[in-house]
Amino acid sequence: MEEIVQHLAPLLREISGYIYPNEIELHWGLLVVIYPYLTGLVAGAFILASLVKVFNVKELQPTYRMALLTALAFLIIAPLPLLAHLGHPEKSYEIFLTPNKSSAMAMFGFVYAWYLMAVLLLEIWFDYRRDLILWSKSEKGIKKWLHKILSLFSSDVSEKAVKFDKKAVRIITIIGIPSAFLLHGYVGFIFGSVKANPFWSSVLMPIVFLFSAIVSGIALILTFYVVITPLRKKEIDMPCLDKLASYLFYVMIVDFSLEALDFIHRVYESEESIQILSELVSGKLFVSLVVIQILIGMLIPLAAIALVKILKWPAQLRIQIYFLASILVQVGIFSTRWNVVIGGQLFSKSFMGLTVYKMSFFGLEGLLVSLTIMILPIVILSLLFKLLPPWDENRNPDIVK
Amino acid sequence: MENENNRRNFLRKSLYAMILAFIPPSFISGEKSKKVVEWIIGENYNPYDHYWSMGIDINKCIGCGRCADACKTENDVPREPFFFRTWVERYRIYQDGDVQIDSPNGAVNGFEKGTESKNIERSFFVPKICNHCDNPPCVQVCPVGATFKSEDGVILVDKNYCIGCRYCIQACPYGARYLHPETRTADKCTFCYHRLVQGKLPACVETCPTQARIFGELKKKASPLERFRRMNKINVLKPALNTEPKVYYANLDMEVK
Repeated sequence: MEEIVQHLAPLLREISGYIYPNEIELHWGLLVVIYPYLTGLVAGAFILASLVKVFNVKELQPTYRMALLTALAFLIIAPLPLLAHLGHPEKSYEIFLTPNKSSAMAMFGFVYAWYLMAVLLLEIWFDYRRDLILWSKSEKGIKKWLHKILSLFSSDVSEKAVKFDKKAVRIITIIGIPSAFLLHGYVGFIFGSVKANPFWSSVLMPIVFLFSAIVSGIALILTFYVVITPLRKKEIDMPCLDKLASYLFYVMIVDFSLEALDFIHRVYESEESIQILSELVSGKLFVSLVVIQILIGMLIPLAAIALVKILKWPAQLRIQIYFLASILVQVGIFSTRWNVVIGGQLFSKSFMGLTVYKMSFFGLEGLLVSLTIMILPIVILSLLFKLLPPWDENRNPDIVK
Repeated sequence: MENENNRRNFLRKSLYAMILAFIPPSFISGEKSKKVVEWIIGENYNPYDHYWSMGIDINKCIGCGRCADACKTENDVPREPFFFRTWVERYRIYQDGDVQIDSPNGAVNGFEKGTESKNIERSFFVPKICNHCDNPPCVQVCPVGATFKSEDGVILVDKNYCIGCRYCIQACPYGARYLHPETRTADKCTFCYHRLVQGKLPACVETCPTQARIFGELKKKASPLERFRRMNKINVLKPALNTEPKVYYANLDMEVK
């Protein structure tokens, strides 16, 4: 209690205009910024993986398994920030037991469980099954047993069984694409359906979320690929990297167009909230929205990739530029989430004033916990890479062609 | 034969075990709802007989803030200036078109006299409170159903059930909700439900020296509220959001947000 009061008291002086007295406490902080960022990466990485299986983009094969494992690692951590931000995390199971059918948020558990169980885990299992069996045959000790357990003690590596695996992966991917859309579009809907908040309330919100998710997913896989491949002392597969950059470019164009449409639509309609929103965007959100999100996170990487494509620069330079662009895109997408979640709470619902957000360092909702949550998926991913090596050379060669 | 009997016995026993496993919780919840019913009947109060709502006459409000103060006392709302179930806003509209709104500490201590150099065109006070909407967005979004509309039209929060996700606070267009710093659950005006069941008025209504707040039944012709609605031109806050508020304002100004 005292902690909250001490945190809020100095904020009173930083309010401009009039806000409702209950609005001084900003309710969805950094943790709720991280949540859509993480699920966005999940959805994006999965969509990238599905390009290989459903749309037969052969060039991207080297990143297929890496993308799946990345999606899994981030999905496992995705509910953590939500849990940590609850007033009563110990009661969170009520969402599963007695969900309120009219609540968008109540569906979270089901969407999440569906995506984890019915899509990601199944697809990974079917894709790795044959390798798991063959690995466990040639290994000893704990690893042998781990792989044996993970293969659920199946042992059939006949041509027929492997064919079935491939078919299953394809079907799951086809179901998985709309599921990935659902997972992240749904997160957008949680914000987009709040009619009390004109900054959030927009039909475009789920779609903008989705495309920015795909952007961030592709950028993340690109970053990982460029960093990990030299660490493994392997050559970067340039056709694969070029393809990744091309897809990143195309999806960013769509994402940028959608955001531009949203912006133009708001300005053109010029509703009641336009005054306070333009005050917000040109003031407190200027750096994070105009400078970081649009300029650094969108226009500069777009221009860089376009230049690379037009001027046909040598491979080494291309790698460096792609790498830098993908990092900038990550920063940009993170600030997109920030601007939606925090930005949407910086103005009063009276439309007459602006409030402030002050991050704390310690405590459940502080920077420290958030950083930990951001690092955890990478730790899990490195474990997954050890347990289920996604690299091509670890694949058991097809005995039956 | 014996084998089959064994199996049948086993099946029967497991069926009993399953039934037993499910009985205690339903028995307990039956006990609980019985207690609630007893409490309500004990107070001689039947929620199905009522439909509560409030009227506020802006012309009568003098901005003394007694209502906001009484509310904090009656409902154990934290005294710190960040948590309010009801508050009073002061509007000052200047001749140059400038609009100033303030509500220092929710007007719990009233207002200080303005010292402005500009000429005021009009000025007034607006008490604010949960609108107990008929189409409440907060109830719609609650993921566990901890906040609900009672039979008598009051929007309540079950603090033992609330998980503190704060979606309802985001969904309320009126800023009428806050997270209680001690319980870490959503909190808001209840129309002083504990007083209603005893046939008393909400604290803010009871304490208002000018009777700017009128409380009563929405669907009974003889109620003071229905009279208020007959005698005044009334309006609600943010009607475009279709929340169907049940707090009705007389003499509401266009500048009130």
